[in-house]
Amino acid sequence: MSVSDMFSYIQGFLSADQDVREDIRKVVQVLEQTAREILTVLQSVHQPSGFKDIPDKCTKARELFGTVQMHIADLKTKFPADQYYRFHEHWRFVLQRLTFLAAFAVYLESEALVTREEVAQILDIEVVRDKGFHLDVEDYLAGVLIMASELSRLAVNSVTAGDYNRPLRISNFINELDSGFRLLNLKNDPLRKRYDGLKYDVKKIEEVVYDLSIRGLAKEAKSEQ
Amino acid sequence: MNKRGGEGHPQKNGNVAQQCETSANLSSPVIAAFKVFQMELDTKHDKYERLVKLSRDVTIESKRTIFLLHRVTSVPDAEPILNEADGKLCGVREKIGQIAEELRGEDIYQFHRAFTAGIQEYVEAASFQHYIRHRSLISLEEINASLVFMKGDEGSADTLSSEPRVTTFQVMPADYLLGVADLTGELMRLCISSVGNGDIDTPFQLSQFLRQIHDGFSYIGNTGPYEVSKKLHTLRQSLGKVEDACYTLRVRGSEIPKHMLADVFSSRNAHMDSEEAVV
Repeated sequence: MSVSDMFSYIQGFLSADQDVREDIRKVVQVLEQTAREILTVLQSVHQPSGFKDIPDKCTKARELFGTVQMHIADLKTKFPADQYYRFHEHWRFVLQRLTFLAAFAVYLESEALVTREEVAQILDIEVVRDKGFHLDVEDYLAGVLIMASELSRLAVNSVTAGDYNRPLRISNFINELDSGFRLLNLKNDPLRKRYDGLKYDVKKIEEVVYDLSIRGLAKEAKSEQ
Repeated sequence: MNKRGGEGHPQKNGNVAQQCETSANLSSPVIAAFKVFQMELDTKHDKYERLVKLSRDVTIESKRTIFLLHRVTSVPDAEPILNEADGKLCGVREKIGQIAEELRGEDIYQFHRAFTAGIQEYVEAASFQHYIRHRSLISLEEINASLVFMKGDEGSADTLSSEPRVTTFQVMPADYLLGVADLTGELMRLCISSVGNGDIDTPFQLSQFLRQIHDGFSYIGNTGPYEVSKKLHTLRQSLGKVEDACYTLRVRGSEIPKHMLADVFSSRNAHMDSEEAVV
């Protein structure tokens, strides 16, 4: 094989690779658009009026997740199933956002931490790598961490809206999450960086709880129940 | 009254939080889930570290092989050195076999970053040896063909696993490309040192070969991974040095008697080396 033959052979590989990436990018763009729509729907819970119809918003978000499933099904057809990590970077960001949105919706519905299986089910993907397009554990954890900062915001806004009970529940939830993350031995990677932000969310929520308790508002809320 | 009640609260809250944590540590679903994540992440990180270590071993041994191969110019008969290099490369392949074994059943792209440096170095060493022996570029298939490993076919042949397991390692085109780009630097050194030894044919062959590789890289251009464009710059420099050497050989060769040419060249090389050190 001559040198120039060899190079055109490699060139064939590279341009095929580029085509695949181009296709993936297109689908991921659409996915990002849908993710933004879901975020807009869920974000309205921060409005004082939004607290009343949380279930309604969750239903709407669930409907939009149907569209997400469709796009992900499309994405799956764009590359060979066993080369997930080759193109992982392209959808990593959007998958983390979607995990966050799913986790947030589930939290608003049931005040529980979404499991990885549930997220996989909402997005219609797999948990285990062998079975195809799956949710990487690091992406799941990153999504959960995004939700933590959203919850610290929600704690503040729920006080503004007059719901003094919610911050206490959020505080318990975040504390549990924090002790969960403390079990992990994280390397010095993006996930670790994001985890380092969790303590500020914890702190913020504790301050809210403190403010409520020092004014006896938390007690009031409790006796109301 | 109200104030006093409020003062008591933070402490109480702290207690509540503590209680929550202890009860959480026991058997909450969240903690149980995170224990699973801990195991999964640790397993992955361990594997990654093992691969990094193997890759470093591959790098070191490959570099040594390359150093050994540079000695070819200073001895009359290259064959013993090539055979010794063969032995060394065999050892390297064994390590790559271990990498392949680690990657069995995994997505190799997930761990690609851990071993890419070692593989590139191996491609460099293997292609360098191939060039010295055959004066041609080793192909991707030839490299992949040498990375087929049989496992468990010796002692255990008579017991349960009568069929030997075959593990293959596929070098990715991008790694091959980067390895070949490194090869050109070695070829430049080979060219300069062979002139130093009074070998007048090798530089011309090498400049021919380097030009072909350079054309190949120009053909690929920026479709390749972005490291390629960085290496392309170094490749141009190497090519420039080799072409300069050939130029001098041609010009001076017509006026200086052959036996003095070596002296002319070794002084010129010293000059080039010092230039390189400054940059």
